[in-house]
Amino acid sequence: MPRSNYQRLLGLIGKLAVLLILGFLVLPAAVVTIAAFNDRAILSFPPQAWSWRWFAKAIAYQDFRDGFRNGLIVTAWSSTIALVIGAMFAFALHRYQFRFRKTLEAVLLSPLVIPHFTVGLGFLILAAQIGWNRSYAVVIACHVVLVLPFVLRSVYVSLRNLDQSYERAAASLGASPLRVLATITLPLLIPGLVSGWLFAAMLSFNEFTASLFVTAQRTQTLPVAMYNYVREFADPSMAALSVMYIAATAALIVFANAYLGLGKVLNIEQSR
Amino acid sequence: MNKAADRGAKAHGSIAPHEEGAVRFNAVTKRFGETTALDDVSMSIRQGEFMTLLGPSGCGKTTLLNLAAGFLGPDTGEILIAGQRMNDVPTYKREIGMMFQNYALFPHMNVAGNVAYGLKVRGVAKQERDRRVEAVLALVRLAGFEDRTPRQLSGGQQQRVALARALVINPTVLLLDEPFSALDKNLRASMQVELREIQRKLNVTTIFVTHDQGEALSLSDRVAVMSEGRIRQLGTPEQIYRQPWDRFVASFVGDTNILRGRLDAIEGTSAVIAVGVARVNVPYGPLTDVAASASVDLFVRPEHLVLAEASQSCATSGTIAAHVYQGGYVDTYIECSDSLRDRLLVRSGGHETMARWPVGSLVGISITTGEGVAFAHI
Repeated sequence: MPRSNYQRLLGLIGKLAVLLILGFLVLPAAVVTIAAFNDRAILSFPPQAWSWRWFAKAIAYQDFRDGFRNGLIVTAWSSTIALVIGAMFAFALHRYQFRFRKTLEAVLLSPLVIPHFTVGLGFLILAAQIGWNRSYAVVIACHVVLVLPFVLRSVYVSLRNLDQSYERAAASLGASPLRVLATITLPLLIPGLVSGWLFAAMLSFNEFTASLFVTAQRTQTLPVAMYNYVREFADPSMAALSVMYIAATAALIVFANAYLGLGKVLNIEQSR
Repeated sequence: MNKAADRGAKAHGSIAPHEEGAVRFNAVTKRFGETTALDDVSMSIRQGEFMTLLGPSGCGKTTLLNLAAGFLGPDTGEILIAGQRMNDVPTYKREIGMMFQNYALFPHMNVAGNVAYGLKVRGVAKQERDRRVEAVLALVRLAGFEDRTPRQLSGGQQQRVALARALVINPTVLLLDEPFSALDKNLRASMQVELREIQRKLNVTTIFVTHDQGEALSLSDRVAVMSEGRIRQLGTPEQIYRQPWDRFVASFVGDTNILRGRLDAIEGTSAVIAVGVARVNVPYGPLTDVAASASVDLFVRPEHLVLAEASQSCATSGTIAAHVYQGGYVDTYIECSDSLRDRLLVRSGGHETMARWPVGSLVGISITTGEGVAFAHI
């Protein structure tokens, strides 16, 4: 029957289109992964011989080691500080009505619309003025500003999803407001807080544009170190590093999915 | 207005709390922006009484409960619990027990942790705490469930935990916010009986909010029927059902028919309403403004109507539209020109009704009792 043939053709085209799109999505990662195992010293594709040696070289390279360490320091501090500040502002915005509430919200979310290089440049100029331009403090401060909106959103959404009756029940049972916060609100917000922190950490660890402005040789983070490397060399150790990056991030996501629920972590689902 | 309010007013001041009313609302008004949620509401609830706030959504019943709990503050008027003015007392100092619509069991604590929470907050020692948790769980028939998490419990069990958690602190008042609405019908009935037994045993003053009139009639010592931020009638379930004060109460509580009638005579405190050849005695109170032989709306319960042969001299007549078999009784819907609201509903005991008057047949309808109320026709 012509109609059914036509439908079969349509179905085939549809499947092909989906495959093409999915292939396109994983293409860069696939190319980099294959290149990482290339035995030859140039970033070429497809490779002729296979080897692990670029992984060994990437791990041994001192700038990458320092960059990784610096990145962890900056990420840990900036995500934690952003979490504390973001959570407090999220509480204020969710629980209280006050003048300039809308203005405060707009200011807190503004880094979303300000380009990263602007933030980086701003901190560079400021840091140079007060002579802090070689310290971790300025990198951390810069990252706090950049990740704060994401933490704020994450905690705010969790607060909005938190059923008010839990806190009311605790109050009716005689718990003072501080006690309610410590024994009910915060424990129930843990998924939101963890997800906010994790999100901030991923952003901070991968942040490049602003970091390029505010880091010095001593404080450069991994993406900046990679950029500096690729300006001088073009061997596949970059690709090897990328593969490790992908593997580490995937592991983190699997962990988050298993223990916290990925939907909740990324705030895709409206968790109850 | 009513005896309780009078007594409350007289007792204001020096008399023991249980004389004064365990909970009192004095001329309480609460607005949300432009809407008035509560309009000058006064009520006194006795020690140990089970008081139900009944009304459709938006009538102010939940607002009144939240005022008692302290989640909201009144704009004007005052709230007293055990004789103490509560307006400026925060929730956590009010010594109330509350059950929420969704139970609000703390999901990160087990049953024992939930029930012990109020005791822990009060600094009760561990041994004493364990003893009281055990006792109250036995009371709600959940002994042995201490280590379960709320998620592992059925709806009925969750409700019992919520009740135990509210009762373990020996609250001055128990506040119940539609606690049965999430349960299926069978479970609901048995939980209601259980709740009422426990409430009687402990003699704890209880305010119960519901929109379910059946629940209100079966559980309460007294019912306050509310609408649009006011109490329309406050009385025992029987008074509410048999002697409603106004059209709203008459039509909100229980099934009812509205028949076209005529004010026939006035005899002291009662009036006689004529519907066809039938005569029904009703309280004269609501009819004081109605002129003799003016038309009135007569409210009659479906169990007070019976079907008869159309040829007999009946109150009215109509055509059978449908029989609905309900097991213990039969609901018959009748097209009738004297009915002012849709079809007439007649409730009869036996299923022989269905055999005797098939759908489409013409029947007469008699009014069996003098019970009814009438209001001016609008």
